[in-house]
Amino acid sequence: MFSSFDFDVIRRSLPYLFYEGMTFTLTLTALSAFGGLVFGTLIALMRLSGYRLLGRVAGLYVDFMRSLPLVLVIFWFYFLVPYIGQWLTGASRPIKVGAFSSSLITFIMFEAAYFSEIMRAGIQSISRGQPAAASALGMTYSQTMRYVVLPQAFRNMLPVLLTQTIVLFQDTSLVYVLSITDFLGAASKVAQRDGRLVEMYLFAAVVYFTISCIASWSVRRLQARISIVR
Amino acid sequence: MIELRHVDKWYGPNFQVLKDCTTRVAKGEVVVVCGPSGSGKSTLIKCVNALEPIQGGEIILDGIKVNDPATDLPKLRSRVGMVFQHFELFPHLRIQENLCLAQEKVLGRSHDEAQAKGMKLLDRVGLKEHAGKYPAELSGGQQQRVAIARALAMDPIAMLFDEPTSALDPEMISEVLDVMVDLAGEGMTMMVVTHEMGFASKVAHRVIFMDQGEIVEDALKDDFFGKPRSDRAQKFLSKILQH
Amino acid sequence: MNYNWNWGIFFQPNPMGTGTYLDMLLSGLWLTIKTALLAWIIALICGSIVGVLRTLPSKTAEWIGFLYVEFFRNMPLLVQLFLWFFVLPELLPRAIGLWLKQLPNAPFWTAAIGVGLFMSARVAVQLAAGISSLPRGQKQAATALGLTTVQTYRYVLLPMAFRIILPPLTSEFLNTVKNTAVAITIGLIELTGQARSMQEFSFQVFEAFTAATLMYLLLNLVVVTAMRFLERRVAIPGYIAGK
Repeated sequence: MFSSFDFDVIRRSLPYLFYEGMTFTLTLTALSAFGGLVFGTLIALMRLSGYRLLGRVAGLYVDFMRSLPLVLVIFWFYFLVPYIGQWLTGASRPIKVGAFSSSLITFIMFEAAYFSEIMRAGIQSISRGQPAAASALGMTYSQTMRYVVLPQAFRNMLPVLLTQTIVLFQDTSLVYVLSITDFLGAASKVAQRDGRLVEMYLFAAVVYFTISCIASWSVRRLQARISIVR
Repeated sequence: MIELRHVDKWYGPNFQVLKDCTTRVAKGEVVVVCGPSGSGKSTLIKCVNALEPIQGGEIILDGIKVNDPATDLPKLRSRVGMVFQHFELFPHLRIQENLCLAQEKVLGRSHDEAQAKGMKLLDRVGLKEHAGKYPAELSGGQQQRVAIARALAMDPIAMLFDEPTSALDPEMISEVLDVMVDLAGEGMTMMVVTHEMGFASKVAHRVIFMDQGEIVEDALKDDFFGKPRSDRAQKFLSKILQH
Repeated sequence: MNYNWNWGIFFQPNPMGTGTYLDMLLSGLWLTIKTALLAWIIALICGSIVGVLRTLPSKTAEWIGFLYVEFFRNMPLLVQLFLWFFVLPELLPRAIGLWLKQLPNAPFWTAAIGVGLFMSARVAVQLAAGISSLPRGQKQAATALGLTTVQTYRYVLLPMAFRIILPPLTSEFLNTVKNTAVAITIGLIELTGQARSMQEFSFQVFEAFTAATLMYLLLNLVVVTAMRFLERRVAIPGYIAGK
């Protein structure tokens, strides 16, 4: 069945696929996860702050982002970011933003909505006695959050956050719609150039599958370890 | 009617829950099974209708071997009623639907026939006016009476009770026990796991005392309450009758 | 911001000759709805089967369920769509492959099936969790009444499990709607795709995307409202989830 296929094309393109493609994918995943977590935590704190307006704004942002397809959000930011850049810098024309920065901003803003829901659940899962005890020790709100609440919320939610990061890793493949050379983009470019769609897409599928499987297996192990410690 | 011969059961390779249990329940007999928690009494009763598989020995129900792959288990189970500690009415079905479901799906009775039978039994446990309600709208004691009616609707040849009153608030226990006493008075074959020693002394013919997976004592009621032979049963009785 | 806003663009004719730009977007919205509905039906059917498999007391069934879920969960949806669209026809016998490639609505069918299977893994996980969250006694009670395994699932476990997982199923349905946009990569001109082509023809990027965004928000609202209504319709009197 595979006699007419040329799997050597994979070997020939390996350096391109991994040095260019996978590096882009992994860097984008890592930085978006970090940025998404930071922004997400801020949004979660806004929602739980007790200030009506602040909470409403944060809630609207989360609901809004979660209602839209990622592909549409990618397009939005791709066209919008140059104008925002112009507005921020006061330049006379929309500024040029590289493919990487554009997708990084997109994913940070998009994932922040999802990470914020996880962090919100994490913060709410901590017993009310904890912040009370911290206040009783004389800590301010920000000290309480920074030293007492957030570290616990983060640790409790670590498996969920990591699972969301695996989803994010898979979702970064959608930058394909901007013709960016992430891992899938690289595979696709080779596929088109050499007319080897079957080989390249199968290979891409195997690589994504392997990485995600190993990652989710590690998360499960971590989860088991955490639940034993408790 | 119910016969257990050298029944062994393991959970995993190292933990034996039932050790060489042998006993029998004759037609029309009421047998109470008691013992400390974790003694295997609930497991024992669940083996009778093969809700729990056994690894050794055999169980014979009305002449049919339960632990035989050739046995039509659903058919056999439909002939033995079972009442659970937590009632286990089906929460999404109205009371009358709870009573009809198995009659129609297992016994193949027509809807009208099942309905009539269900209402008759509901009337008997004094809950006719609740037929259209959902289980969660009834009290625990009422739910357990419905559960008994549900089991009786199948025209069982014997009834198994697995701690029928231990999940109930004290004031509801007697309404359930009353139904069970009536049932015993009619000559129903019953195997009852319970801590209610009052019930046992009133209607039981025999009492089985279990501890750590073994049947320690299997005696006529008066012998058991009058003078239990084993230390373990004596200790158990003195603890439970203290209050 | 030196961008020329032109909200009147929606009422100007589109270059395809299919009416106005607004008509273009609306036809995209309609395709999104059609694709999402078909995908959701596939997801529900396959997801229910696999979800049940994962809860059966058979190691084989459990393994099949596990492998199915892992297969669909560990690959990006985009890659899965490429596999179905570009790779599958080449791996099949020539005649079938050719037939597949020449199907008139190939992107639509591929998108519906691809997104459907992708979502089915998530439905399966939710359903399996819902079934396992039911008290163990429910299954035992049904079994004790003589119901077969199929009947137990059909009449007792599934009606409750689906009620319990209705809220998470709502968000999975919303995800299905959103995920149809990924099919833009295999040439399905659904709502996002139409917004993109409107942008390419008219250069009015932000009007096109704003309109598409509003339509997605509206679609979300409709789905959420409909599901709330359904939740109320099937709610059981007196029953509080998680009790």
